[in-house]
Amino acid sequence: MSDTTTEIGEFEENTGEPEHRTRSRIWQGVFWVALIGFLLIAPTLFYPVFVMQLLCFALFAAAFNLLIGFTGLLSFGHAAFFGGAAYIAGHALKVWGFPPLLGIAAGTLFAAALGWAVGSLAIRRQGIYFAMITLALAQIVYFFVLQMPFTGGEDGLQGIPRGHLLGFIDLNQPLAMYYTVAAIFLVGFLVIYRIIHSPFGQVLQAIRENEPRALSLGYNVDRFKLLAFVLSAALAGLAGSTKALVFQFASLTDAHWQMSGEVILMTLLGGMGTIFGPVVGAFVVVTLQHVLSGIGSWVQVVIGGTFIACVLLFRRGIVGELARLLKINSL
Amino acid sequence: MSDIILEARNLTKSFGGFVAVNGVDLRIQRGSIHAIIGPNGAGKTTMFNLLTKFITPTSGKILFNDTDITNKKPAEIANMGVVRSFQISAVFPHLTVLENVRLALQRGLGVSYHFWRSKALLHDLDAQAMARLEQVGLADYATLRAVELPYGRKRALEIATTLGLEPELMLLDEPTQGMGTEDVGAVTELIGRVRDGRTIVMVEHNLGVVAELADTITVLARGEVLAEGPYSEVSKNPNVMEAYMGVSADEQEEAV
Repeated sequence: MSDTTTEIGEFEENTGEPEHRTRSRIWQGVFWVALIGFLLIAPTLFYPVFVMQLLCFALFAAAFNLLIGFTGLLSFGHAAFFGGAAYIAGHALKVWGFPPLLGIAAGTLFAAALGWAVGSLAIRRQGIYFAMITLALAQIVYFFVLQMPFTGGEDGLQGIPRGHLLGFIDLNQPLAMYYTVAAIFLVGFLVIYRIIHSPFGQVLQAIRENEPRALSLGYNVDRFKLLAFVLSAALAGLAGSTKALVFQFASLTDAHWQMSGEVILMTLLGGMGTIFGPVVGAFVVVTLQHVLSGIGSWVQVVIGGTFIACVLLFRRGIVGELARLLKINSL
Repeated sequence: MSDIILEARNLTKSFGGFVAVNGVDLRIQRGSIHAIIGPNGAGKTTMFNLLTKFITPTSGKILFNDTDITNKKPAEIANMGVVRSFQISAVFPHLTVLENVRLALQRGLGVSYHFWRSKALLHDLDAQAMARLEQVGLADYATLRAVELPYGRKRALEIATTLGLEPELMLLDEPTQGMGTEDVGAVTELIGRVRDGRTIVMVEHNLGVVAELADTITVLARGEVLAEGPYSEVSKNPNVMEAYMGVSADEQEEAV
């Protein structure tokens, strides 16, 4: 309810008329086709490990967007779920000898449990306090990761074996690994899509739009927020676990607060509250980091500049602005 | 069931040293429209927030249908049939008009935590939601987003949504606040139309609306009950006239 008055003008041209909804559906279809087409042919065009990195971050950002874009909660501690899951998955694969999918599941479950613990504490507060609590708790996780004996401290957890998918597909084959990651990404992304378009997602949007009103309609807002938080943390964990398997190591960077900042940047740049925005945002940020890796820490300056430009010039993010140009509500 | 649907006993709320509501007794007759009025700072909004459980009383009791609800949460009393509206028009701005009303109906399906199911199953509620929209004259706007409605219509949407919960008791916080004369008339007429079978408590500034709708009026001043009764009685009460005129005059001076 914060700034409805200013938004009235901005959204005036956007109406929910049926022909308009059809247009929305067509453009969403175009994006789905483009995404799946990209997933299929990407390894023939780009270096597979790079594309896998893109996909891991895209899934991470999409999971984060579930909270900020569709529930209205700004978590500043999502690196804890991404990084924490990476370490647990890595440990399960390396030390306990779990098969790949089970290792990823272990990391994801850990992130869900951690999300439940962090979420239960954080949802008692709102706005900036919520963000600060998630940051503080994520920092605790970071220092655990730094100090615990099994994580390898500054060196990170190295030499995680990729193993054999379902016992017979050798994931050391780049293409086998690639299509496994593509499948994990697609499943995770579809899960997020479904959550957004479920009865539960409808209530989440109501909470984002007007929390006191949702409460007065009889919705136990805290329980909805907590479940959203756990789902988002679990999916961030899925992304982190998958990344650990692809790169065969889990590092402190994954759990560092800068990672929490980066996922916010990806989501805002792509367009928070849009379906495809986080994916686009992650692609842009990771690509920039790759292309500009030659200029060292100046990358941070370029990315910071991009962020400022985004906030000043296109606040809805890339996909959000595109949706406005195409006059559709959801993309 | 007794005739009294909602009762407040010796209700007190203080913020630090300031006593906003001081030992108020209130009995709301079932099936009536009960207005709470009073000059600015009389404690109307505090009283309203106490009754809807958005704040907890310092002392005193609130009974709904003879059940103590003093320590219940807002969502719990909503499930019991006590639903409030807000001073600022409370809609979900970027959801469609239909979706707004459907959110009130959705709880009945018991699928609100089902994050793995398609929201297509909510279409079962569309007909019911449309009926509610027709009741308040918004059927033609069902596919618009709530933010695109003019102010008066947002209010109507809010009332349609509240009606979707089939509340036994509706609490309206200044339903005509910030409206032009035309909208005030429309909303007044709307409230009169939807009162059948329910009890309505409203805080209202517009005395014209109160005179037209309310069966009973409670006048608050400085956190206490100054007078109570039908409009014809209350409006002639010298204490009320003094409280109203006195404060209004001050206000006018401030405004100038």
